[in-house]
Amino acid sequence: MEDKNTFIDKVKDSMSKFTEKVKVSAKEFWSNLKSLFVKGDGEKEQKRLSEKRRRVIRKAGIYTFLLVFAIIIIIPFYFMLITSLKDVDKIYEEIPPSLWVKFKDMMFINYKASLENFDYFVYMKNTIVVAFFATMGVLVTTILASFAFARLNFKGRDLLFLGFLMTMMIPGEMFVITNYLTVSDLGLLGKEGGLFSGLVLADGSQSALQANIALITPFMTSVFYIFFLRQAFKQIPDELYLAAKVDGTSDFKYLRRIMVPIAAPTIITITILNMMGTWSAFIWPNLVADDEKYRLITNGLRKAFSVVGTGERPAFNLQMAAAMLVTLPLLVVFFLLKKYIMRGVSRSGIKG
Amino acid sequence: MLERESNLKAWLYLAPALLLLSVFTFYPLFNSFYLTFLVGYNYLKPDKIFEAYTLVGNFKEVLSDKLFHQALKNTVVIVFVSVPISVIVSLLIAVALNGIKKLQGTFQTIFFLPYVTNAIAVGMAFAFIFNTNYGLVNQFLGWFGMDPVKFVTLGATWGTSMIALLVYTIWGGLAFKIMVFLAGLQNIDKQYYDAAKVDATPRSRVLRRITIPLLSPMIAYITITSFIGAFKAYRTVIGMFGASLAPPGLLPKDSLITIVGYIYSYIYDTAPGAISIAAAAAVILFVITLVFTFIQMWVSKKRVHF
Repeated sequence: MEDKNTFIDKVKDSMSKFTEKVKVSAKEFWSNLKSLFVKGDGEKEQKRLSEKRRRVIRKAGIYTFLLVFAIIIIIPFYFMLITSLKDVDKIYEEIPPSLWVKFKDMMFINYKASLENFDYFVYMKNTIVVAFFATMGVLVTTILASFAFARLNFKGRDLLFLGFLMTMMIPGEMFVITNYLTVSDLGLLGKEGGLFSGLVLADGSQSALQANIALITPFMTSVFYIFFLRQAFKQIPDELYLAAKVDGTSDFKYLRRIMVPIAAPTIITITILNMMGTWSAFIWPNLVADDEKYRLITNGLRKAFSVVGTGERPAFNLQMAAAMLVTLPLLVVFFLLKKYIMRGVSRSGIKG
Repeated sequence: MLERESNLKAWLYLAPALLLLSVFTFYPLFNSFYLTFLVGYNYLKPDKIFEAYTLVGNFKEVLSDKLFHQALKNTVVIVFVSVPISVIVSLLIAVALNGIKKLQGTFQTIFFLPYVTNAIAVGMAFAFIFNTNYGLVNQFLGWFGMDPVKFVTLGATWGTSMIALLVYTIWGGLAFKIMVFLAGLQNIDKQYYDAAKVDATPRSRVLRRITIPLLSPMIAYITITSFIGAFKAYRTVIGMFGASLAPPGLLPKDSLITIVGYIYSYIYDTAPGAISIAAAAAVILFVITLVFTFIQMWVSKKRVHF
């Protein structure tokens, strides 16, 4: 309970800070604007004023430009939200569409309806299971491999690393084609034959375990994250490693006690990005999960869309409520962990 | 002795990643190439029969396929329209962001939003925004006295639905580029700007003569990697138009198919030989991205500056 309160306080706090910021900016802007129309005395004063005027106009131009694009960026989210709360009749009667719904007219029941025809919690559970195990795999394999690439000397290290990097420029479909055949050969698709064919259900169709193995194993490692974490590991000074060696600390202990804690921000970034990746996964689950009940949240969304999206009068409000249900968790995670996510992305861009 | 021991240890640390990568990354690379040389390959049969080997037969089939022509045309339009526009717009936004202090963080957060969202969910929102009667875009066009345009609903043409798709693609591509450009701008040494200030250089000149030249390696890098990324467009189309890859009505199914969409349509096809067509198309996509990668290497070696 207390946690909740502090969270609300935090939100309130940041809200009031933000409005304060806007207020100050607006006040300053206004005083600058006023100063534009003050007549100065003397030539020097005139010149100073005209310079100031130009500066203010330029600033106003920049802010207007940014504001216009900020609105363009926000509109899809906002329209999604506002439509999800409208009554379906209202959507069809109101032309042009209104951009505001009164609180008492908000149809929160749309979300309930959408949760039901979406099977939201089934997809959510699948997604969490897959995200959890895939991310665990990614963390173990990338931490170990990055350590080897960053700290250990072995024959063929640079060549192998180059080989790893080269795979990053190959289109993913090259892998998907064969991986699809591989999981099929392993007997994971509920067809006959293969190592895992014993796991099929009694009626010969794919079991949940088979579907999960097919969904998770190909994504338990990532060349990109190995590259990313190796960079972070490399920044830890060599002296630390040598000192630990002198003390007789084993490599594994050093990795666990020193490197992982120091590189924790990068490891957190990897965890978040990978979880978010699973949340948005669409193509692979569509391919290898035979039954809807094994698929992930984005597949569910697309299906919910086609269910209520056809016919004479598609239920746009339910569609948008479903889209909100998929978007909202991402936005919440983003706002809570903004620092890690944005850091990761701007870093990954400078790799070239 | 010692060296051998440390060699062994390193391979042990690498083993888990290496094992998974061998199965799901390195082997597929070779196998997908191999698949392009088979005729009538049937992977559903336990003994995996195929009829014959061919050197270029599958490639010939892909390149003479009408559907592939459509996919290539759509992809090329997406690449060469959306990338230049989004690079220019994101560069302008990054420069503007770099020039302000107040609310910089807030704007930065807003511009980052498209990156963290789900392509399918936002695609659905865009489809509704472009709706003929109930969407925002036509309302906006109405202010300028334009008649409603059918973008995504019954009666949409290839051109109008492509415009809607491009708007969505550009919108989705801004976030990443803005972040990277902004990081690049913040890395530019302040002394260049101080020197320009001393000389009272006009702003537009500072942008043209200092900012853009110093940022040019990054602009080149982002442009080329965005070209490569845009060649893989598919999810945006699924998000806006669903599995039919076309707006309902006049247009035939798959009117907005992309190269990746073409590949998947053949992966889903379980007929003998279809997987080889998918593999051949994937290799063609690979070659295209390879060309751009070489351009990228060549450009970064030349160290574009002025």
